[in-house]
Amino acid sequence: MSISLENKISTAQNLTAALSRVGDKNNVFGFDMIGEALQFVEIEGLPTNKHEEFKYCNVDAVFRKEFKEINNSFSEINMPPVVVDAINVYIINGRFESVSGKAEGLVICDLVAAQKTHKEVVEKNLGAHAKPTSSVFVALNTAYCQKGLFVYVEKNAKIDKPVYIHYLTDPISVSVINPRTLIVCGAGSNVQIIDDYYSKGANFFSTHTSEIVVGENAQVKHYKIQNEGDNAFGVITTEVVQSSNSVYDAATFIFSGSLVRNNHHVRLFGQNIEAHLNGLIIGRHNALIDNHTYIDHAMPNCNTNELYKGIAYEKSSLVFNGKIMVRRDAQKTNAYQSSKNILMSDDASIYTKPQLEIYADDVKCSHGTSTGKVDEDALFYLKARGIGDESARKLLLQAFAQELIDKIEIPSLHDKVLELFEESLK
Amino acid sequence: MITIKNLRASVEGKEILKGIDLEIKAGEVHAIMGPNGSGKSTLSNVLAGRADYEVTEGEVTFNGKNLLELAPEDRAREGVFLAFQYPVEIPGVSNINFLKTAINETREYKGQAPMEAKDFLALVKEKQHLVELDGKLANRSVNEGFSGGEKKRNEIFQMAMLNPSFSILDETDSGLDIDALKIVASGVNKLRTKDNAFLVITHYQRLLDYIIPDFVHVLYNGKIVKSGGKELALELEEKGYDEIKKQFETV
Ligand SMILES: Nc1ncnc2c1ncn2[C@@H]1O[C@H](COP(=O)(O)OP(=O)(O)OP(=O)(O)O)[C@@H](O)[C@H]1O
Ligand SMILES: [Mg+2]
Repeated sequence: MSISLENKISTAQNLTAALSRVGDKNNVFGFDMIGEALQFVEIEGLPTNKHEEFKYCNVDAVFRKEFKEINNSFSEINMPPVVVDAINVYIINGRFESVSGKAEGLVICDLVAAQKTHKEVVEKNLGAHAKPTSSVFVALNTAYCQKGLFVYVEKNAKIDKPVYIHYLTDPISVSVINPRTLIVCGAGSNVQIIDDYYSKGANFFSTHTSEIVVGENAQVKHYKIQNEGDNAFGVITTEVVQSSNSVYDAATFIFSGSLVRNNHHVRLFGQNIEAHLNGLIIGRHNALIDNHTYIDHAMPNCNTNELYKGIAYEKSSLVFNGKIMVRRDAQKTNAYQSSKNILMSDDASIYTKPQLEIYADDVKCSHGTSTGKVDEDALFYLKARGIGDESARKLLLQAFAQELIDKIEIPSLHDKVLELFEESLK
Repeated sequence: MITIKNLRASVEGKEILKGIDLEIKAGEVHAIMGPNGSGKSTLSNVLAGRADYEVTEGEVTFNGKNLLELAPEDRAREGVFLAFQYPVEIPGVSNINFLKTAINETREYKGQAPMEAKDFLALVKEKQHLVELDGKLANRSVNEGFSGGEKKRNEIFQMAMLNPSFSILDETDSGLDIDALKIVASGVNKLRTKDNAFLVITHYQRLLDYIIPDFVHVLYNGKIVKSGGKELALELEEKGYDEIKKQFETV
């Protein structure tokens, strides 16, 4: 990639101002890490769509909108109603604000505090799985994050209530937000995490970076609901690492956003690991929603499964890029991937790209993609029974989405997502 | 009930129906027979309102209304029912939810309140019994994984649930074993009243032993070329279409 002055990050963030962030008492990262991150940003610049990984995702153009400095106010936040019985965590404009509720074996606090109370865990993991030099957005996040979130589930702890993390963004701010999350699930633990990204019309760019560590024999369910409105931009990075015999089960639901890029990476460092990445994406208006997944099979006997479904309305574009790496030692790997999409308008577009890199010989891997319109024969069949056009389409789209919504095991969350889904079809 | 006058229809610029005239009165059963490709399903689809077909001429009056002006769902709500020759599989949509939506949208169209859940379930039970449809099938996705015969039986089940005034059965007998054929036929006979009418499309006289038609028509090359009583079906069974083909073979 060529580096031009043009596409340097300094268009959006003033580097001198940035450097003043080093030593920010709310940023958990030390001088070295921040320095490294900023240097990386300066060299790399923002990716343009000439960059293969950002072919359909023109972040550079978006960033040029010159998002302002991080805004501190959150008075205008309209808190969404809490419908799930959970331990509620509030991240406001990218900063950890509060937590209500607790559970035996569960620690939730901001990263700066955690650096003191859980020094070893933080030092071992923070920035180790999402390295500042892995992408410009992680680098930016590293340099600018403040009051990140720390969730720690102790060894063998079974957390009954889900940990519901509300990522709320102020509707009056126009800014870059840099939420940072570290979730460490100890060996044999069991937890459900909900990331709910919500905003009422805020115009912002998020660099949210999460690191999730799933210990041996641990079971983690991870739900993501992204519904931040038509002015939300962001490159969201989720780096998951798993140890032997663990299960990581993720389901992502995206209902709005102007430009949403999710990088969801799972690395399997052990045997008998199970990982599921699922997604349901509704594109409306001019949205560009780009899901990049990466699953790294490093060792034998692991099973992974991916199912992403998209419904693209109007002029929206949906991208699914699923990379699966099966390394030489990863014999007896089962890795399946499928992407299915429905185009609701002639102006909408879908781009899917499976990427399988297989270096082991005794493996079962498959991928499939399909893109089409609503099945006209089915539509006519329903109408011929007296069902109107709108209801008939709704029935068919619901049928398409159902298997993903049904992956939600928390009934109240299931209903909330179903409602959001139905709302998003209107 | 329904009057079809000089109906012409084409698909992709090719004329399939070449001037059909047919009148069906309440209480009557008409049968249409005719060789493959003669336009029987096209006629059914045009009446049900499938968009692929372009009506180029003619008119269809259904209970005083211009049927061709209505959207397919409104035709159904007005009482037109088509039992498909090839019922469509719709994975993920349950038979029950599908029927409930269909019934309630029809009721709404007629200005009636939605059906109570318990009344609906009672109706399901009653009609399931009528066509001896396995209860499990009613709870599955619409036609998904149904055998050929089960699909046909499901069409008759839906017909019984929706209680239409005019039903078109497009080869509902094909693919049915003898027992299923009797069940389907007796289902139709039980639904037969002086107020409703049926158009039965079939290749086999056998069905007409059970559902006795008032009239039999032969559709050939997009036209009704011969009409008669139920004895016409027997005659066709015996002689085949050769004579008709010879007589009407044109350019
Ligand atoms: N959607 C379509 N596109 C192109 N051709 C069509 C379409 N539908 C029907 N046809 C053609 O119209 C003609 C009549 O077809 P139709 O299905 O009405 O025949 P049919 O009398 O029902 O035959 P069968 O006894 O085999 O069911 C055939 O030549 C068929 O290929
Ligand atoms: Mg036919």
